[in-house]
Amino acid sequence: MAQKRQVRVGSQWMYAKDAEKALGEALRVMKEEEAGHGHHESFITKYVFSQDHKWIGVQYGFTALCFLLFGFFLMIMMRLQLGWPSEHFKIIGWFFKSDGGMLPEQYNQLGAMHGTIMVFLAIVPLAVGAFGNYVVPLQIGAPDMAFPKLNMASYWCYLPGGIIMLMSMFLLQTKGGAAQSGWTSYPPLSVIASQGQTWWLVGMIFLITSSLLGSVNFIVTIIQLRAKGMTWDRLPFFVWAQFVTSFLLLLAFPPLEAAGVLQLMDRVAGTSFFLPSGLVVSGEVLKNAGGGNPLLWQHLFWFLAHPEVYVLILPAMGIVAEVIANNTRKSLWGYRSMVGASVFLGFMSFVVWAHHMFMTGMGTVISAFFQTTTMIISIPSVIILSALFLTLWGASIRFNTPMLFALAFLPMFGIGGLTGLPLGLATTDIHLHDTYYVIGHFHYVVAPGTIFAMFAGIYYWFPKITGRKLNDTLGKIHFWGSLVCINGIFMPMFYQGLAGVSRRLFDGGIQYAHAKAAASATNPFMSQAAIGLFIFQLPFIYNFFKSIKWGERVGANPWQATTLEWAAAASPPIGHGNFAVPPVVHRGPYEYSLPGMTEDYLPQNADDTGAIPAPVVPSHAPVVA
Amino acid sequence: MSADGHMEIPFTVDSRPDTGLYNGKLGVWLFLASEVMLFGALFSSLILIRTGAAKWPEGWKELHVLPATINTFVLIASSVFVVMAWANLRLRKPQVARMWILATLLCGFAFMGIKAYEYSLSFHHHHFPSTNNFFAIYFTMTGLHGLHVLGGMIVFGYFLTKGWSMYDHEPRRFTNRIEIVGLYWHFVDLVWIFLFPTLYLL
Amino acid sequence: MTDHVAESHHDAHDSHDSPENIKKEMTRYIGVFLALAALTGLTVWVRFSLDLPEHQAIIVALIIATVKGSLVAAFFMHLLSEKKLIYSVLILTVVFFAVLMWLPVHDVLDKFGYK
Repeated sequence: MAQKRQVRVGSQWMYAKDAEKALGEALRVMKEEEAGHGHHESFITKYVFSQDHKWIGVQYGFTALCFLLFGFFLMIMMRLQLGWPSEHFKIIGWFFKSDGGMLPEQYNQLGAMHGTIMVFLAIVPLAVGAFGNYVVPLQIGAPDMAFPKLNMASYWCYLPGGIIMLMSMFLLQTKGGAAQSGWTSYPPLSVIASQGQTWWLVGMIFLITSSLLGSVNFIVTIIQLRAKGMTWDRLPFFVWAQFVTSFLLLLAFPPLEAAGVLQLMDRVAGTSFFLPSGLVVSGEVLKNAGGGNPLLWQHLFWFLAHPEVYVLILPAMGIVAEVIANNTRKSLWGYRSMVGASVFLGFMSFVVWAHHMFMTGMGTVISAFFQTTTMIISIPSVIILSALFLTLWGASIRFNTPMLFALAFLPMFGIGGLTGLPLGLATTDIHLHDTYYVIGHFHYVVAPGTIFAMFAGIYYWFPKITGRKLNDTLGKIHFWGSLVCINGIFMPMFYQGLAGVSRRLFDGGIQYAHAKAAASATNPFMSQAAIGLFIFQLPFIYNFFKSIKWGERVGANPWQATTLEWAAAASPPIGHGNFAVPPVVHRGPYEYSLPGMTEDYLPQNADDTGAIPAPVVPSHAPVVA
Repeated sequence: MSADGHMEIPFTVDSRPDTGLYNGKLGVWLFLASEVMLFGALFSSLILIRTGAAKWPEGWKELHVLPATINTFVLIASSVFVVMAWANLRLRKPQVARMWILATLLCGFAFMGIKAYEYSLSFHHHHFPSTNNFFAIYFTMTGLHGLHVLGGMIVFGYFLTKGWSMYDHEPRRFTNRIEIVGLYWHFVDLVWIFLFPTLYLL
Repeated sequence: MTDHVAESHHDAHDSHDSPENIKKEMTRYIGVFLALAALTGLTVWVRFSLDLPEHQAIIVALIIATVKGSLVAAFFMHLLSEKKLIYSVLILTVVFFAVLMWLPVHDVLDKFGYK
């Protein structure tokens, strides 16, 4: 069969048929512009109710970073209280309209809202809504997500949900305050709590809906819109991670939505789904019908909340994998194992949830079941982490800022993962449950774990989104300062937990004789580290805003990367698709340092001649020379 | 690019060869999978509460079986109507299809009307969600199911009116949309098929 | 304009979509409806005419409901002729659904004793 010939169009080579398509496109655009009515979108349809995955990704990213900062601010107030419980701070006084001394119920608000905001309003929207939305269609060579309108709806469910959560903190301070029953909202406390809890439930329903719409979109997009040649074994690991994550969101969130409805009914309609009979509150027996079961909430909540933690970590692992492959100039070690491990992890995440309930009086059989599945689920995480470590072996590593964050992720997530083991074993959990050990464990995985991976992603993909690089020196200051301070906050927590300091205590544990020494020895230091952490975010915030306008300009592929998003133009324009001609994929995602090549990388859409294709700019700028 | 200036998303109308599906079909099935988990969680809650309850009322004595049985027939009929509508669209008989969709919508109204009557009977007997956990789960599950019926009715209403114009220039895409809302509607019927005996007959 | 062109290209699933086949399907739908109506009547009859003990009543009712549900899924939702991918998603969902049904209630039974 005769080889198909290619024609040269401008700086690109393409098959004649594709050139004809591009030419038709160019002629159409020119005709439109001649006729005077270009494709006019109003500001509202282009930037507010955008249906372009790139802009929606930016919307998600910006909103999520604002919530991240606010959640951080809530933590600072908590740590001021924990470090110096008898001090009065002006900022606490301003926030709670008080004299600056913190009451336990105010501390509880901070705790509940910090957790809720960080998990549901910051990390997941950033990891999935922002990075997932922006990068996935580009990495698979698609023009957009499968359902652009649904994508828009998904963001516009997230934002109102977030605003409801936020407003509950500001508008209800004279009416009992915001939700204050933990991010876990356990009944009966959450059912009898003040109206802030109702706002929390309503906000959660918006957020869950947003997630569900998004997850459908991601799954259909990844299955249906992969470009020609983008087979499953050529998908970047980041896309696999988002794919599994979306299944977790799709199937695990609905039980929490159901539970939220039930709790709302308990609070608003007087039902007793979660209220046992004869409950005594403030010396009086509650008049409700009773017969409910508080553990029902725990089962439904944790059925979601356990897969949720894998939603928090999988996209992060995806980002770290991309950055490591790129900056080691090597293919990922054990790509197949990593993919298999992610899928297995996703599946297992549905059958481990009651390891959060070991202290609720479950029988030995059911406890043993969950303990076993929990031990098994540690295996895929180890596989993924090991594969990433092994990728470093023999690599020529480029220590730029995204790589520093990605490298730090590895041991930090390692610590977080390992400290999970004694929590997953029912016997040792007896001593550690509800102590600071737990807080240390999960913060290690999410804070120097996921959030560091998010920073890696921001530094890595900022040039693609804006066409400019973030300043690397400021980036390094941001990195080193954050790494030191974040360990200063969370490492002592393991010691505190082992010493018996319970969590969710407004004074940090000093009222208990057995915990007092450990708490008072460590809390001030940890709070100082928290303030330090805040200070080291300032160079990042400054860098971020400055670089949008004045950062060093770069081309389409400043990192010499192989995956398809780098084959699109630098800062691809909004509303015009991503690629003028759909890219065709000829090879795997990490073809770095192949023997015999002049360059040390070969993009996925490079054909067999080995020539590096020029960026496939969309029809906004006609291709024909 | 299509006529309205937005880029074409591939496989919106035609099936992708390797999966054999068009996007909307995969999307709606995924959505229905999430709905299985939603109603599943409620069924699970029902089982858990009932198992742990000292005593549980006899549904057929507390609730009104006759209107609910009629409603079961109504929903089953509406399921047939919508699939007839889709079949007629594939036969390129849009006006017949439109009648079938209208019939489906009318069944929806009938269902909600009978349900409202049922609820009013319960309220008349002073049976509210707060009365006991049986009524709590009854009102919550049938209420959520009713909201789903309402949602389907809104979509049918839209397709009968403003949305119908899509048939004129994109008949296959429109046919796909009716198939998709039909699948949703069948699922709503399916939930009721389990809800009815569980609450009223057991 | 382009949409008409795009749409008319594909009468690829001709055999499946031929008028004869569609008419056959429509007859089948009526049949399924009659079966569903009969089964509905049956399940009500079982409650009011046979006084089964609780456990048996639950099992019979669930079996009838499952048969009805399967008919809706297989024929109205044409799952019988659906693609493998859809099946895979549904099987995965059923597994997690079963987990959600069984494990929490096992917790209650474990505590209060199996009846």
